[in-house]
Amino acid sequence: MTQIVRTPHEGPRAASAKRPGRSAVSRRSVTLITGCVLSGMILLLALVSLFWTPYAPDDTSGGRLTGPGAGHLLGTDKLGRDLFTQLMTGSRIAVEAGLGSVLIAAVAGVTLGVLAAFAQGWLDDTLSAFLDILIAFPTLLLAMLIVAARSATLGSAVLAIGLAQSAVVARVVRILVKRVLAQDYITAARTSGTSWPRIVAGHVLPNIWPTLVVNLALQFGLAVLAEAGLSYLGLGAPPPNASWGRMLQEAQATFTTAPAGALAPGVLLVLLVIGVNLVADGLRDTLDPATGRRRS
Amino acid sequence: MTLLDIRGLTIRTTDGHTLVDDLSLTIAGGERRGLIGESGSGKSLTTLAVLGLLPDGMTATGSIELAGTQIVGAREKHLTRVRGTDAAIVFQEPLTALDPLMRVGRQIAEPLARRRGLKGAELQRAVARALEQVRLPEPDRIARAFPHEISGGQRQRVALAMALACEPKLLIADEPTTALDVSVQADMLDLIDTLVRERDMAVLFVSHDLAVVARVTDRVLVMKDGRAVEEGDVREIVRRPREEYTAALVASARRLESALDTRRAR
Amino acid sequence: MGRYLLRRFAFLLVSLALASVVLFVLLRMLPGDPANALTSVGASPEQIAAARHSIGSDRPLPEQFTHWIGQVATGDLGTSFVSSLPVGPEVGSRLNVTVPLTLAAFVLAVLIAVPAGFVAAYKRHTWYGALLSGASQLGIAVPVFWLGMILVAVFALNAGWLPAGGFPPDGWNQPGEAVRSLVLPVVTIALVMSASLIRYVRSATLDVLGSDYLRTARALGSSFGRAMWRHGLRNASVPVVSVLGIELASTLLGAVVVESVYALPGLGSMLATGIAQHDYPVIQGVLFVSTLAVLLIGFAADLVQRIIDPRLRGRLSGGAP
Repeated sequence: MTQIVRTPHEGPRAASAKRPGRSAVSRRSVTLITGCVLSGMILLLALVSLFWTPYAPDDTSGGRLTGPGAGHLLGTDKLGRDLFTQLMTGSRIAVEAGLGSVLIAAVAGVTLGVLAAFAQGWLDDTLSAFLDILIAFPTLLLAMLIVAARSATLGSAVLAIGLAQSAVVARVVRILVKRVLAQDYITAARTSGTSWPRIVAGHVLPNIWPTLVVNLALQFGLAVLAEAGLSYLGLGAPPPNASWGRMLQEAQATFTTAPAGALAPGVLLVLLVIGVNLVADGLRDTLDPATGRRRS
Repeated sequence: MTLLDIRGLTIRTTDGHTLVDDLSLTIAGGERRGLIGESGSGKSLTTLAVLGLLPDGMTATGSIELAGTQIVGAREKHLTRVRGTDAAIVFQEPLTALDPLMRVGRQIAEPLARRRGLKGAELQRAVARALEQVRLPEPDRIARAFPHEISGGQRQRVALAMALACEPKLLIADEPTTALDVSVQADMLDLIDTLVRERDMAVLFVSHDLAVVARVTDRVLVMKDGRAVEEGDVREIVRRPREEYTAALVASARRLESALDTRRAR
Repeated sequence: MGRYLLRRFAFLLVSLALASVVLFVLLRMLPGDPANALTSVGASPEQIAAARHSIGSDRPLPEQFTHWIGQVATGDLGTSFVSSLPVGPEVGSRLNVTVPLTLAAFVLAVLIAVPAGFVAAYKRHTWYGALLSGASQLGIAVPVFWLGMILVAVFALNAGWLPAGGFPPDGWNQPGEAVRSLVLPVVTIALVMSASLIRYVRSATLDVLGSDYLRTARALGSSFGRAMWRHGLRNASVPVVSVLGIELASTLLGAVVVESVYALPGLGSMLATGIAQHDYPVIQGVLFVSTLAVLLIGFAADLVQRIIDPRLRGRLSGGAP
C-alpha cells in the first residue's frame, strides 16, 4: 500500500503536548504491549515449529476434513493433514517471508534512497518519478513477474516482495535524508571539511533511523500480506510447505462444510499483521515524539 | 465601564495539571493592558480562554465576563456571537494563522461579509480599505496574493486587518511581533498603537518582552507559572519592580536597551 | 496553467517511453524461450528456429523494440503466442470488467472513508470514534482474498443472494447479471481500500483541526461548521488527493487477486495467465496499458492538487510530501 511522509506540524496541540500526562504515556505502552503480545504469540509458534509440531507436516494419517476434536486440535485438511501443524509451519513461513523481505527492502531501499537524496536537478526529478511509478505498481504485480521468471519458491517470493518494497523505502529515505541535509549542522560539518560518507554515517543515519524503523515494521506486515497473496495465487512456497495463503486457497472450496480450515489461517494472518502494525505505532510514539504527538 | 472581567480563572488539563491558577484581571473600555511573562507562564492560554477556544483536553473554571457575556461554560452558539465582535485576536505566527490555500482578499472578506452583510463591489472596496488601513501598499495586489506570496510583516498586517474588520471592542494581540524581523517589529507596534487609539479600542497585549509591552500599554500584569505575581502601571513597574521575577524581566529588557544604546552611540 | 500542462504532458510521454524500455528489457530477461509456447514438446531445432523467426525473437533487441513501439504507436499491441488472437481487442474486453469494478469500488471506498475518517478524527475521544479507528486498523490487516472468501461464504453460499463468482458470457449485454456478479467484488475491494483511506482522511482531518487558520477563523466569529467548510475541506483534501491517485492506480492493477477469487475475466487474470504461459505479447500489452493508466491517473491527481494548492504551482510534479 502507500506511505506518505509529511512534515511535522506545529499546531495548538503541540502546546498541550509539552506536558505529556500519565494517560498519554499509558496509552502508548498499551499499544506497544498489545502489539508485542500478538506478534510474539505468532513468533513463538514459528520458533516452536522448528523443533516440534503435533504431527509431521506431511503426515496424512488423520481422517479427511475431520472437525476440531480429540487427536487433532483444529481438525484436518482435505488430505488428512493436521491443521494445527500446518498453521505452525505456516507461521514460520510468514515470519521468514516478513523478515527476508524487510531485510532486502532495507538494504536496497536505504542505499537507493540516500543516493537519490544527493541527486540534484533533473536526475532527482527522474529518480523520484521512477520511484513513483514503481510504487504505483502493486507489490503483487512486480512479485508475479519475478516469480514467473524464477519459478515459484519462497525465496523468489521474498526477493520479489523485498525489491518491490525497496521502492517505497527508498522514497521515504530520500525525503528524510533531504530534510536532514537541509539542516544547518550539515552545512557546518561541510564547511569544517567532513567528508560525505562521514556525514551520512555520523549525522544522516542517526537522524533518520527512528522513522525508518517504524516504516520497516509496517513493511513487515505488508510483506506478510503480499506473501499470502502470492501463495493464494499459487506463486509462493510450493507444497508441502503450508503457507497460510495456500492453506486458504485449498480450503476455499470447502468453506461451508469445514470452516476451520478457511478461517484459522486468516485469523492468524490478521493477528500477526495487526500485532506488527501496533508495534510500529507504539515505536513511532516512543522513538519519534515529534510525529507521534500528532496522532493523539 | 468594565469590558472584560476575569475572576478566579483556573485552567486545568484533564489529567490534573494546573496551567493557569486563580487569575483575576479587569479591562475597562478603551483601556490598554499588557500581560507579560515567560513562555509557558499561561498567558496565551488565558487569551484563548477569553474567546472560549481552549484546546482539547483543557477546561477552564472561574468566571470570564466579556461585554456582559459569561464565557466559561457558554454554549458554542453564544461564543460564536461574541468572537470577532466583542473581542478579536491577532496570533503570534502569521504564516500558519492564514489559510494557505485562500487568497488574502477572500480571507479578509469573510468577517466583513458575515458581520456587516457586505456583498459584491461594496465588499471589494471594504477589503481594499481594510488593507489600506493597516498601511499595506498596493492593496489590490495583496488581496489577490496567497499568504505564501507575501512577506511575514505583510501577513501579520493582513491578520491585523482581519481582526479589525470586525470592529471589536477589545483587541487581543498574542505576541504579534515575536515572529517578525526586528526591523519590522517597531513599525508593527506603532501601527497597532495608532489604530487602537484612533478607534478607542481596548487592548490586551501579550508578550514575553517588557520593552514591547511598554510601547503600547499603560498597565501590565506579570504572570509566572500560571499565577499573577504583580500588577501595576508600566512605568511604575519598570522603575520599582516589587517582585524578584519582575525585576529579572526588567533587567533583561534593560540590558538589551543599553546594548542598543551603546551601538547607537558609536 | 497552459505552459504547465504542456510540460507535464511532455513529462508523461517521456515517462511512458522510459517505462516501455524498462518493461521490454525486463521481459526479455525472463527465462524460457517464447518459441517454446509455439512449438510442441520435442520439436526439431529447425522448427524452433522457424518459430523464432515467425515471432521475430531471432532479431537483435533494439530492432525488436522499435518494431514493437512502431506497432503500439498505431494501436496494435501484437498477437498472443498462445491463442494467436490480437492482444488489443482482448485487453479492451477485459477492461470492460476491470474498469467498472475498480471505479465502483473506488467511489464506494471514498464514500465510506471520507465521513468515517472525519468522524474518527473529530470524535476521537468517543467510543465510536475509537471504534472507527480500530476498524480501519483491522481492515488494513485483512488480506483481500480472505475477505472475499468470507463474503462469498456468507452472501453467496449461505444466503444465496448473489453469485459466488463468474461473469455472464455475454458481458454487459446482460446488464442485470453483470451488475449482480460485480457486487461482491466491488464491496470486497472497497472495504479493504477504505480501511487504509480512513487513516489518511483521519490524519488529514487531525491536521486541520489543530491548524492555526481554523482557530483564526473561529476566533473571528466563524462557526465551527462554517470554518470547516471554508478552510478545512480544501486543506484536508490536498494530502488525501495524492493518496487517492496512488490507491486508484494500485487497485486497478491489483485487481488480479480479487478477480481470481471471483473468477472474473479482467485484466489482472489476463496478466496472470500470460505470465504462467510466458506469453510475451500478452504480458507486454497488459503492462503497457497498465503503465499508461498509472501515468494518466498520476497526471490527473497532480492537476487536481495544483488546482487546490497554490503553493505547488512552482513545481512540476505534485507528489505527496
